[in-house]
Amino acid sequence: MKKVFQLLLINCVLLLSSWSSAESDLAIEITKGIDEPTPVAVVPFAWDGNSALKEDVAKIVSADLGRTGLFKMMSPQNMLSFPSKEDQVYFRDWRVSKTEFLIIGRQIAAEGRQIKVEFELYDVLKEQRLLLERVSGTQDNLRDVAHYISDMIYQKLTGIRGAFSTRIVYVTAKQLGQGKVNYRLKMADSDGARPVTIRQQSEPLMSPAWSRDGTKLAYVSFESGKPAIYIQYLATGKREKVQSFRGLNGAPSWSPSGNKLAIVLSKDGNPEIYVLDLNSRSLSRITHHYGIDTEPSWSPDGQSLIFTSDRGGQPQIYRIHLPTRQLERVTFEGNYNSRGRLTHDGRFLAMVHRGIDNVFHIAVQDLKTGRLDVLTDTYLDESPTIAPNGSIILYATQKGVKGVLGGVTLDGNVRFILPASSGDVREPAWSPYLQ
Amino acid sequence: MRASNVTKAVALALSVAWVAGCSTSGSDSMSGTETGTDTGTTQGVNNGTGVTGSSMSDVANLQTVFYFDFDKSVVKANGFSDLEKHAAYLAANPSAQVVLEGHADERGTREYNMALGERRAKAVSRFLQVNGASGSQVESVSFGEEKPEILGHSESSWSQNRRVELKYVSR
Repeated sequence: MKKVFQLLLINCVLLLSSWSSAESDLAIEITKGIDEPTPVAVVPFAWDGNSALKEDVAKIVSADLGRTGLFKMMSPQNMLSFPSKEDQVYFRDWRVSKTEFLIIGRQIAAEGRQIKVEFELYDVLKEQRLLLERVSGTQDNLRDVAHYISDMIYQKLTGIRGAFSTRIVYVTAKQLGQGKVNYRLKMADSDGARPVTIRQQSEPLMSPAWSRDGTKLAYVSFESGKPAIYIQYLATGKREKVQSFRGLNGAPSWSPSGNKLAIVLSKDGNPEIYVLDLNSRSLSRITHHYGIDTEPSWSPDGQSLIFTSDRGGQPQIYRIHLPTRQLERVTFEGNYNSRGRLTHDGRFLAMVHRGIDNVFHIAVQDLKTGRLDVLTDTYLDESPTIAPNGSIILYATQKGVKGVLGGVTLDGNVRFILPASSGDVREPAWSPYLQ
Repeated sequence: MRASNVTKAVALALSVAWVAGCSTSGSDSMSGTETGTDTGTTQGVNNGTGVTGSSMSDVANLQTVFYFDFDKSVVKANGFSDLEKHAAYLAANPSAQVVLEGHADERGTREYNMALGERRAKAVSRFLQVNGASGSQVESVSFGEEKPEILGHSESSWSQNRRVELKYVSR
């Protein structure tokens, strides 16, 4: 666990120096990415060391940017040259291939396994340098270095903070035969690489949820034979059982302030939503209805909870304003809408949606206009989770007979499947920003 | 995974019928030992019906898995008869206890399915209590879609997974 802690919190990437060019910040209109992704080239970075590096930083950066749907990444085999320094850049060559932004870099060996990575971002049309940065790391954390570089480039180009240096957690279930199953809670980079098991057991694990400071997870475990809510500290691996009443104990969601958990309990007869104050351990009941009320999730301002209820006859998403307990129904289109998650600006609601085709997809509703868009064309989609900058929704889906993680941009334009790890993969949860 | 008791009962009926068939060619002692454990007699089992006709004091051969329709938690009529017998057994044996494990198929969201599994278990619980069991003898636990009986992504699997399993903790 110590290793995980270091990766997660310290991240070992230090910005030694930063001298951005004096030009004004350049922000690409997000909407431009929808129909016309901006052409960008990341040239393979030079390396002056003796032994081969384990990771291709330029390739990771290119994949990061490409997944956002805003950029069309040039494959190295289509590049006319491989500059790694400013005096090797011929803008004309890049203009010919319609590249709008160019990233070059060099990796310099330092003492031991230390490494310095310098990279430059150019506006090809203006022939201007937008960024020149040096990042230091080690040969063993080049993926952290790469995601850090992606974050800086993304921010420079879009004006939006990058979320590549974040983590995801998810649950896997591996059939061992004779009805035995190995359940694991895993954590990986935002691109699915470097998975680490942070909990494994023979009884189901479900509903992992990050605390807003990124130091803890809450989840549901059946290790006692019944569902109970646990909190696990990522740094130490220490766990505590926070709730196990008779009946359901589920669907934990951390408040933005970090000191409360919205949970579902059926101790009073049927599933209701409660808020547990983690300091005082006091419990306050939020919903009062004989139907199913579940899957609470906080609004970014902490003033309301969205949740799933079948009080109208079928599962739909509702919002309850906590100070007034005023209730409103949010979703109307489709015959099954559940497990809503709001973007961090509160504008969009991602959910599991079943419409007239009776297939479960991920959909997004614009809460300002009410417009609902189905984003996925996969099958049995569930558990949407949104990147902290709102750029990508990850979700669980089926590929063949296996559960895998899929990703889709908020506009539905770019869809991808994350590399599968062993076993059925489910219930992704995207971390907040970790630095 | 686990064979349901219904499957076991069918298997038993078949083996009993097979043994009974053998007995016509002469091995009476063998058929006696094979069948005596459950039904106590070789008579009347040739058509296989003797196995399900157990007395109220013996719940071993009753149906213990009860199936549901999608997003529904109504106990189906084909389960009434055996559930009434379980209830009668619980009423007659106050120290007996059952756990009702509620399950859902994989469609829909996981926490909603937890709620659905519980609702199904509670529907069976209510049925048992209406028919004489006491509330303290019955506990409901939901596993949602987390423990499917059959792995698969079609209605043939889903219909087997939308279920409540009745398990005796003590008899």
